[in-house]
Amino acid sequence: MSNPLRGVVVSHAGLAQSLVTAAEHISGVRDALVPVTNEGCDGGSLKERIGEAIGEGPAVVFVDLPGGSCLAGAVRISRDQGRGIAVVTGVNLAMLLDFVFHRDLPPAEAAQRAVDAGGRAIRIPPA
Amino acid sequence: MSLVVVRVDDRLIHGQVVVGWGQPLGLQFIALVDDKVRASDWEQDLYRMGVPPGMEAVFASVDEAARRYDDWVKDARVGLLLTGDIDTVIALVDRIPKLRRVTLGGIHHKPGRSERLRYVYLADDEVAKLRALVSRGVEVVAQDVPTARAVPLAEFAK
Repeated sequence: MSNPLRGVVVSHAGLAQSLVTAAEHISGVRDALVPVTNEGCDGGSLKERIGEAIGEGPAVVFVDLPGGSCLAGAVRISRDQGRGIAVVTGVNLAMLLDFVFHRDLPPAEAAQRAVDAGGRAIRIPPA
Repeated sequence: MSLVVVRVDDRLIHGQVVVGWGQPLGLQFIALVDDKVRASDWEQDLYRMGVPPGMEAVFASVDEAARRYDDWVKDARVGLLLTGDIDTVIALVDRIPKLRRVTLGGIHHKPGRSERLRYVYLADDEVAKLRALVSRGVEVVAQDVPTARAVPLAEFAK
Protein backbone atom coordinates (compact mmCIF):
# COMPACT_ATOMS: atom_id res chain seq x y z
CA MET A 1 0.00 0.00 0.00
CA SER A 2 1.37 3.42 -0.95
CA ASN A 3 1.91 6.21 1.55
CA PRO A 4 -1.09 8.40 2.32
CA LEU A 5 -1.14 11.70 0.50
CA ARG A 6 0.54 14.66 2.08
CA GLY A 7 -1.12 18.05 1.73
CA VAL A 8 1.24 20.97 1.24
CA VAL A 9 -0.37 24.40 1.69
CA VAL A 10 1.55 27.23 -0.01
CA SER A 11 0.62 30.85 0.57
CA HIS A 12 1.62 34.43 0.96
CA ALA A 13 2.61 35.52 4.47
CA GLY A 14 1.16 33.43 7.33
CA LEU A 15 -2.02 32.19 5.69
CA ALA A 16 -0.77 28.63 5.11
CA GLN A 17 0.24 28.18 8.74
CA SER A 18 -3.09 29.52 9.93
CA LEU A 19 -5.07 27.26 7.59
CA VAL A 20 -3.11 24.20 8.70
CA THR A 21 -3.55 25.11 12.38
CA ALA A 22 -7.29 25.58 11.89
CA ALA A 23 -7.67 22.33 9.91
CA GLU A 24 -5.81 20.37 12.59
CA HIS A 25 -7.84 21.99 15.33
CA ILE A 26 -11.17 21.16 13.68
CA SER A 27 -10.37 17.71 12.29
CA GLY A 28 -8.05 16.39 14.95
CA VAL A 29 -5.87 15.02 12.12
CA ARG A 30 -2.24 15.97 12.54
CA ASP A 31 0.78 15.53 10.29
CA ALA A 32 -1.34 15.43 7.12
CA LEU A 33 -0.72 19.05 6.15
CA VAL A 34 2.51 21.02 5.86
CA PRO A 35 2.47 24.84 5.58
CA VAL A 36 4.87 26.75 3.32
CA THR A 37 5.12 30.53 3.16
CA ASN A 38 6.62 32.43 0.25
CA GLU A 39 7.97 35.04 2.68
CA GLY A 40 11.53 36.01 1.81
CA CYS A 41 11.79 33.64 -1.16
CA ASP A 42 12.64 34.20 -4.77
CA GLY A 43 11.21 31.70 -7.24
CA GLY A 44 14.05 29.22 -6.87
CA SER A 45 14.12 29.10 -3.08
CA LEU A 46 10.33 28.83 -2.88
CA LYS A 47 10.47 25.83 -5.20
CA GLU A 48 13.06 24.28 -2.88
CA ARG A 49 10.84 24.92 0.14
CA ILE A 50 7.86 23.30 -1.54
CA GLY A 51 9.99 20.33 -2.60
CA GLU A 52 11.21 19.80 0.96
CA ALA A 53 7.63 19.92 2.24
CA ILE A 54 6.49 17.38 -0.33
CA GLY A 55 9.30 15.01 0.52
CA GLU A 56 9.00 11.76 -1.39
CA GLY A 57 5.28 12.27 -2.05
CA PRO A 58 2.67 11.55 -3.17
CA ALA A 59 1.14 14.93 -2.46
CA VAL A 60 -1.48 17.50 -3.28
CA VAL A 61 -0.16 21.07 -3.22
CA PHE A 62 -2.78 23.65 -2.25
CA VAL A 63 -1.94 27.18 -3.41
CA ASP A 64 -3.66 30.40 -2.33
CA LEU A 65 -4.05 32.23 -5.64
CA PRO A 66 -4.53 31.01 -9.21
CA GLY A 67 -1.35 32.80 -10.29
CA GLY A 68 1.86 34.23 -8.95
CA SER A 69 4.91 32.91 -7.17
CA CYS A 70 3.21 30.22 -5.07
CA LEU A 71 1.53 28.67 -8.07
CA ALA A 72 4.65 28.95 -10.19
CA GLY A 73 6.72 27.11 -7.58
CA ALA A 74 4.13 24.37 -7.18
CA VAL A 75 3.68 23.80 -10.90
CA ARG A 76 7.43 23.69 -11.48
CA ILE A 77 7.83 21.02 -8.81
CA SER A 78 4.94 19.08 -10.27
CA ARG A 79 6.48 19.18 -13.74
CA ASP A 80 9.90 18.20 -12.45
CA GLN A 81 8.69 15.26 -10.39
CA GLY A 82 6.02 14.02 -12.79
CA ARG A 83 3.27 11.79 -11.49
CA GLY A 84 2.44 11.79 -7.81
CA ILE A 85 1.86 15.51 -7.33
CA ALA A 86 -1.32 17.44 -8.07
CA VAL A 87 -1.83 21.18 -7.65
CA VAL A 88 -5.01 22.96 -6.54
CA THR A 89 -5.46 26.75 -6.43
CA GLY A 90 -7.77 28.85 -4.27
CA VAL A 91 -7.17 26.88 -1.08
CA ASN A 92 -9.79 27.23 1.61
CA LEU A 93 -10.44 25.58 4.94
CA ALA A 94 -13.35 23.48 3.68
CA MET A 95 -11.23 21.71 1.06
CA LEU A 96 -8.48 20.97 3.57
CA LEU A 97 -10.99 19.49 6.02
CA ASP A 98 -12.27 17.17 3.31
CA PHE A 99 -8.78 16.32 2.10
CA VAL A 100 -7.38 15.14 5.42
CA PHE A 101 -9.99 12.36 5.52
CA HIS A 102 -9.40 11.21 1.92
CA ARG A 103 -5.67 10.80 1.70
CA ASP A 104 -5.87 7.31 0.26
CA LEU A 105 -6.94 8.56 -3.19
CA PRO A 106 -4.63 9.06 -6.15
CA PRO A 107 -3.38 12.67 -6.21
CA ALA A 108 -5.45 13.75 -9.21
CA GLU A 109 -8.64 12.34 -7.70
CA ALA A 110 -7.91 13.89 -4.33
CA ALA A 111 -7.27 17.23 -6.03
CA GLN A 112 -10.59 17.11 -7.89
CA ARG A 113 -12.39 16.11 -4.71
CA ALA A 114 -10.79 19.05 -2.88
CA VAL A 115 -11.84 21.46 -5.62
CA ASP A 116 -15.43 20.19 -5.37
CA ALA A 117 -15.47 20.41 -1.57
CA GLY A 118 -13.94 23.87 -1.55
CA GLY A 119 -16.33 25.12 -4.20
CA ARG A 120 -19.36 23.84 -2.33
CA ALA A 121 -18.31 25.90 0.68
CA ILE A 122 -18.55 29.18 -1.20
CA ARG A 123 -22.12 30.36 -0.86
CA ILE A 124 -24.29 33.32 -0.06
CA PRO A 125 -26.44 32.26 2.89
CA PRO A 126 -30.08 33.30 2.97
CA ALA A 127 -30.57 36.65 4.68
CA MET B 1 3.61 58.12 -21.14
CA SER B 2 1.61 54.99 -20.78
CA LEU B 3 4.47 52.79 -19.57
CA VAL B 4 4.38 54.03 -16.01
CA VAL B 5 6.86 51.75 -14.22
CA VAL B 6 9.91 49.69 -15.13
CA ARG B 7 10.19 47.18 -12.30
CA VAL B 8 12.69 44.50 -11.30
CA ASP B 9 10.97 41.75 -9.34
CA ASP B 10 12.30 38.21 -9.22
CA ARG B 11 8.80 36.77 -8.74
CA LEU B 12 7.75 38.36 -12.02
CA ILE B 13 3.94 38.42 -12.34
CA HIS B 14 2.54 37.91 -8.84
CA GLY B 15 0.05 39.40 -6.41
CA GLN B 16 2.01 42.51 -5.50
CA VAL B 17 2.35 43.42 -9.17
CA VAL B 18 -1.17 42.70 -10.40
CA VAL B 19 -2.97 43.86 -7.24
CA GLY B 20 -0.56 46.16 -5.36
CA TRP B 21 0.40 48.09 -8.49
CA GLY B 22 -2.32 46.98 -10.84
CA GLN B 23 -5.29 48.29 -8.92
CA PRO B 24 -4.15 51.81 -7.95
CA LEU B 25 -2.48 52.48 -11.29
CA GLY B 26 -5.22 50.88 -13.35
CA LEU B 27 -2.70 48.68 -15.15
CA GLN B 28 -3.99 47.28 -18.41
CA PHE B 29 -0.90 45.48 -19.62
CA ILE B 30 2.31 44.01 -18.25
CA ALA B 31 5.26 43.63 -20.59
CA LEU B 32 7.28 40.80 -19.07
CA VAL B 33 10.81 40.89 -20.45
CA ASP B 34 12.64 37.67 -19.76
CA ASP B 35 14.45 35.54 -22.34
CA LYS B 36 13.74 32.28 -20.51
CA VAL B 37 10.01 32.90 -20.09
CA ARG B 38 9.76 34.13 -23.68
CA ALA B 39 11.12 30.78 -24.84
CA SER B 40 8.67 28.67 -22.83
CA ASP B 41 5.00 28.43 -23.75
CA TRP B 42 4.05 26.71 -20.52
CA GLU B 43 5.80 29.36 -18.40
CA GLN B 44 3.84 32.01 -20.28
CA ASP B 45 0.61 30.11 -19.64
CA LEU B 46 1.55 29.91 -15.97
CA TYR B 47 2.09 33.65 -15.67
CA ARG B 48 -1.08 34.41 -17.66
CA MET B 49 -3.03 32.58 -14.96
CA GLY B 50 -2.08 35.34 -12.53
CA VAL B 51 -3.33 38.15 -14.73
CA PRO B 52 -6.87 39.35 -14.00
CA PRO B 53 -9.49 40.07 -16.66
CA GLY B 54 -8.89 43.42 -18.29
CA MET B 55 -5.12 43.14 -18.02
CA GLU B 56 -2.93 41.67 -20.75
CA ALA B 57 0.42 39.95 -20.26
CA VAL B 58 2.86 40.50 -23.12
CA PHE B 59 6.02 38.39 -23.24
CA ALA B 60 9.23 39.55 -24.86
CA SER B 61 12.90 38.75 -25.02
CA VAL B 62 15.36 41.59 -24.37
CA ASP B 63 15.86 42.05 -28.11
CA GLU B 64 12.13 42.07 -28.77
CA ALA B 65 11.59 44.54 -25.93
CA ALA B 66 14.13 46.91 -27.43
CA ARG B 67 12.19 46.84 -30.69
CA ARG B 68 8.76 47.14 -29.08
CA TYR B 69 9.54 49.67 -26.33
CA ASP B 70 8.34 52.69 -28.32
CA ASP B 71 5.07 50.91 -29.11
CA TRP B 72 4.53 50.19 -25.43
CA VAL B 73 5.20 53.82 -24.55
CA LYS B 74 2.74 54.99 -27.21
CA ASP B 75 0.14 52.42 -26.17
CA ALA B 76 -3.02 54.17 -24.99
CA ARG B 77 -3.32 51.65 -22.17
CA VAL B 78 -1.49 51.93 -18.85
CA GLY B 79 1.41 49.48 -18.73
CA LEU B 80 4.22 48.19 -16.55
CA LEU B 81 7.48 46.74 -17.84
CA LEU B 82 8.65 43.88 -15.65
CA THR B 83 11.97 42.08 -15.49
CA GLY B 84 13.23 39.49 -13.04
CA ASP B 85 16.88 40.41 -12.58
CA ILE B 86 19.36 43.25 -12.68
CA ASP B 87 21.31 41.98 -15.68
CA THR B 88 18.17 42.02 -17.79
CA VAL B 89 17.29 45.57 -16.85
CA ILE B 90 20.87 46.67 -17.58
CA ALA B 91 20.63 44.98 -20.98
CA LEU B 92 17.42 46.92 -21.57
CA VAL B 93 19.00 50.25 -20.63
CA ASP B 94 21.89 49.44 -22.98
CA ARG B 95 19.46 48.99 -25.85
CA ILE B 96 16.91 51.64 -24.85
CA PRO B 97 18.77 54.84 -23.87
CA LYS B 98 15.50 56.66 -23.20
CA LEU B 99 14.77 54.29 -20.31
CA ARG B 100 15.67 56.59 -17.42
CA ARG B 101 14.11 55.17 -14.28
CA VAL B 102 14.22 51.69 -12.78
CA THR B 103 12.24 50.56 -9.75
CA LEU B 104 13.49 47.64 -7.68
CA GLY B 105 10.63 45.63 -6.25
CA GLY B 106 11.19 42.22 -4.74
CA ILE B 107 14.77 41.00 -5.00
CA HIS B 108 15.09 38.19 -2.53
CA HIS B 109 17.86 36.54 -0.58
CA LYS B 110 20.38 34.27 -2.25
CA PRO B 111 23.83 33.22 -1.14
CA GLY B 112 26.16 36.20 -1.51
CA ARG B 113 23.40 38.76 -1.17
CA SER B 114 22.78 40.87 1.92
CA GLU B 115 19.72 42.78 3.06
CA ARG B 116 19.58 46.37 1.86
CA LEU B 117 15.87 46.85 2.46
CA ARG B 118 13.25 44.44 3.75
CA TYR B 119 12.43 43.43 0.18
CA VAL B 120 15.76 44.10 -1.55
CA TYR B 121 18.78 41.84 -1.14
CA LEU B 122 21.81 42.59 -3.27
CA ALA B 123 25.32 41.24 -3.69
CA ASP B 124 28.13 43.77 -3.80
CA ASP B 125 28.65 43.27 -7.52
CA GLU B 126 24.94 43.92 -8.11
CA VAL B 127 25.21 47.19 -6.17
CA ALA B 128 28.17 48.15 -8.33
CA LYS B 129 26.15 47.46 -11.49
CA LEU B 130 23.28 49.59 -10.22
CA ARG B 131 25.64 52.41 -9.26
CA ALA B 132 27.00 52.28 -12.78
CA LEU B 133 23.44 52.74 -14.06
CA VAL B 134 23.04 55.78 -11.82
CA SER B 135 26.30 57.21 -13.12
CA ARG B 136 24.81 56.92 -16.61
CA GLY B 137 21.92 59.11 -15.54
CA VAL B 138 19.38 56.39 -14.76
CA GLU B 139 17.34 56.94 -11.62
CA VAL B 140 17.36 53.72 -9.55
CA VAL B 141 14.90 53.49 -6.69
CA ALA B 142 13.36 50.79 -4.52
CA GLN B 143 9.62 50.73 -3.98
CA ASP B 144 7.65 47.60 -3.23
CA VAL B 145 4.17 49.12 -3.52
CA PRO B 146 2.92 52.50 -4.79
CA THR B 147 1.93 53.65 -1.30
CA ALA B 148 5.54 53.31 -0.10
CA ARG B 149 8.19 55.95 -0.62
CA ALA B 150 10.53 55.43 -3.56
CA VAL B 151 13.93 55.04 -1.88
CA PRO B 152 16.94 56.19 -3.96
CA LEU B 153 19.75 53.66 -4.42
CA ALA B 154 22.19 55.88 -2.52
CA GLU B 155 20.07 55.57 0.61
CA PHE B 156 19.96 51.79 0.82
CA ALA B 157 23.14 50.66 -0.92
CA LYS B 158 25.92 52.70 0.68
